[in-house]
Amino acid sequence: MKKVYRLEELDCANCAAKMERAINELPGVEKATVNFMAQKLVLTAEESRYQEILQKVEEAIRRVEPDCRIVK
Amino acid sequence: MSKKQKKSLLRILLGGALLALCLALPLEGIWRLGAFLAAYLVSGGDVLWRAIRNIFRGQVFDENFLMCLATVGAFCTQEYMEGVLVMLLYQVGELFQSYAVGKSRGAISSLMDIRPDYANLLEAGETRQVDPEEVEIGQEILVRAGEKIPLDGIVVEGSAAIDTSALTGESAPREAEAGSELLSGCINLNGTLRLRVTKEFGESTVSKILDMVENASEKKAKAEDFITRFAKYYTPSVVFAALALAVIPPLFLGDWSAWVSRAMSFLVISCPCALVISVPLSYFGGIGGASKAGILVKGSNYLEALSKAEIVVFDKTGTLTRGNFALAEQAPAEGVAAQELLEYAALTESYSTHPIAQSIRAAYGEELDLSRVQDVREISGKGVLAQVDGAQIAAGNAKLMEEYCQSGYAPSEAVGSVVYLARDGKYLGHLTIRDEIKEDAAQAIAELKAAGVRQIIMLTGDSRAVAEDVAGKLGIDAVYAELLPLDKVQKVEQLLEQKSGKGKLVFVGDGINDAPVLTRADIGIAMGALGSDAAIEAADIVLMTDAPSKIPQAIRISRRTHRIVMQNIVFALGVKGVALVLGAFGLIHMLAAVFADVGVSVIAIINAMRAMKIRE
Repeated sequence: MKKVYRLEELDCANCAAKMERAINELPGVEKATVNFMAQKLVLTAEESRYQEILQKVEEAIRRVEPDCRIVK
Repeated sequence: MSKKQKKSLLRILLGGALLALCLALPLEGIWRLGAFLAAYLVSGGDVLWRAIRNIFRGQVFDENFLMCLATVGAFCTQEYMEGVLVMLLYQVGELFQSYAVGKSRGAISSLMDIRPDYANLLEAGETRQVDPEEVEIGQEILVRAGEKIPLDGIVVEGSAAIDTSALTGESAPREAEAGSELLSGCINLNGTLRLRVTKEFGESTVSKILDMVENASEKKAKAEDFITRFAKYYTPSVVFAALALAVIPPLFLGDWSAWVSRAMSFLVISCPCALVISVPLSYFGGIGGASKAGILVKGSNYLEALSKAEIVVFDKTGTLTRGNFALAEQAPAEGVAAQELLEYAALTESYSTHPIAQSIRAAYGEELDLSRVQDVREISGKGVLAQVDGAQIAAGNAKLMEEYCQSGYAPSEAVGSVVYLARDGKYLGHLTIRDEIKEDAAQAIAELKAAGVRQIIMLTGDSRAVAEDVAGKLGIDAVYAELLPLDKVQKVEQLLEQKSGKGKLVFVGDGINDAPVLTRADIGIAMGALGSDAAIEAADIVLMTDAPSKIPQAIRISRRTHRIVMQNIVFALGVKGVALVLGAFGLIHMLAAVFADVGVSVIAIINAMRAMKIRE
C-alpha cells in the first residue's frame, strides 16, 4: 500500500535524508521517500501491518527530528 | 516570515547586541566568562537544547551537537568571542536557509496555483457552489468570467476567451464556444459558459498535473543520490578526523589548546547541509520553472537525463506535422479552372468520412448543394464515382484513372496523397493532400542541433516519399518510413545500441499508440498529450502544448539546472576541502571555517534558486 503524508516542521535537508534512510531500514517498508522540498513522505509498505509500520515510522522520524510530525 | 523564523531573528539580534556589549565592557575573569556565556546562551540556547535532547535519542553526528561541541570547545580554549560569533553565524545561516527554502516553495506552489476551489453546479436552473470533487460526470456547471474552470468538460452554451497559460505557458487566449472541449485549470476571461462535465475531479487534468508535479521529486536524480550517500560518510569522517587532530599531534608536539582549536574548526565544517539542500532545491526549481513553460517533468532523474540528450527520435505525425490533412496543391488540366476542379472534388466526396475527403471539403469551404450529386459509389481501394450535374465524375487514385479516364491523364509525381479527377472519361486534374508541417518544427530541429543533439531521426508509418519530403524540409538526419507500430519499438531499440555510453535517447510522440516506445526510450516525451491518459502514464515528460519548439526549451532548462547543480557540488566541496586542509595546518581560524559552512550554504542556495527562472 502506498500513501503520501505531509510532514510538518521538517527543517533540515540532511535530517530528511537521515529519516529516509532510517525509514527504509524498517522491516515491512518496501520503499520510502522523504521529500524535503515538498515536505512529504511517500511510504510504500506491507498492507497487512500498515498501521504498525506507520507507528514505527513516526518513531523513526521523531528520533531524527523531534519537532517533526506526520499529518495524516 | 513564519513565527519560528521571527523567533530566530530575535535571538540573533539579541545575541549580537549582547556580544557587542561583552566586547565593549571592560570585564575581567569570571565576570567576563559569565557575560559571554549569557550571550552564547541567548544566541544558541535552542541549538544546545536540541543537541542534548538528540544525544539521548542516539543521534550522535547531529549537526546541533557538532556545532555545540565546536563552540563549547572554543570556550574551553578561552576563545569566548569566537564561540559566540560562530554560534551566531550558524544561526544566521540556518535562518537564511529556512527563509530561502520557504520562499522557493511558495514560488512553486503559486506557479502551480491551478487547483480550483469550487464549482457552480447547475441543478434545476439554479446554481450551487460545491466542492469540485462532488460533481459527477454528465452534470452541468456554470463558469463565470474570471473563474477557474474546475473540471474538464464540453461547452454546452456560451462563448468566451480562455486563458490556458497556467497549463500550457501559452499567453494568447483561446476561443471557446458550444462544443469546445475545455480543460480544468484554465481561466474563463470574459463570457459565461455552461459546461457538461466529462471527467470526475480525481481524473481531471488539474488533478493529474498537480499529482505529477508534486510527485516529481520522488524520482531522484543521480546527483541527488550521490550527495545523500556522500553526506552519510562525510560527517562521521570529518568528526573522526577532528578527534584525531585534537589528540594525536599534541601527543608528540604538545600545545594541546592550539590543536583542539584546529579540531574545532573541523567540526564547524562537518555539516554537509549546503550540498544536501542545494541539489534537490535546484531540481525542484528546474521542474517548477519547466512546468511554468508548459513542460511537465515527472522526476528529477528525467530532468537530469535530458541534459545528456544525444539522439532525438520523432514520431512524425502529431509531433512535427499536425496530423491533419490539408490541401497542399491543385493541378487542374488545361482548360479547367482550379475552383471548378475543387468544387467537383468536394461534391464527389461529399458523402465520404475519409480524412482526405474531409480535407477537400474543408478546402472548398462553401456550402455544398447536395442535390447536384447522385448515385455515389465507393470503389474500395480506388476512389469514388458519382453523378454530378448529370456527368460522371471519378475521383480517386491512379488505379481508378486507368479504368475511368480515357484521355489526358498522366500520373503525378507529387508527394502526398494524390486525388485524380475525371469527368465523363476526360481528365480534369489532380489535388494533392498533405499532412501540414507545424510552423515551429523547422525552428525546433535547428535549435536541437544548436543545442548539440548529435542525431535527429524521424520514424513514421507514412510512405517513404512523404517522409523524405518532410525530413528534407526540416533538416532531419535520418528517416525510417513505412513502419508499423511494432517496428518503431525495434527501431528505437537498434538506435539505443548505437548511442554512446552516457548519451540519452529521447523519443517524442503524440501519445497515440506509442506508449510502448515512450516506455522503451531513455526519455519519452508526449506532446499535446493532455487528452491521452495512456501517454501521460507512459511518458517521462509531458508537453502541454503540441509545439515541438518546447523540446529544445526543455533541454535548455535541463542543461541549465544541471549546470547549477554541478556548480554547487564543485563549489561546496571545493571550499570545504580547502578549509579542511587549511584548518588542519592551523592556517585558518574557526571564523573562516564557519564561512566555509554557512557562507557556502547561503551562496549555494541563492545559486540553486536561479534554476526556477526560465528565460523565454
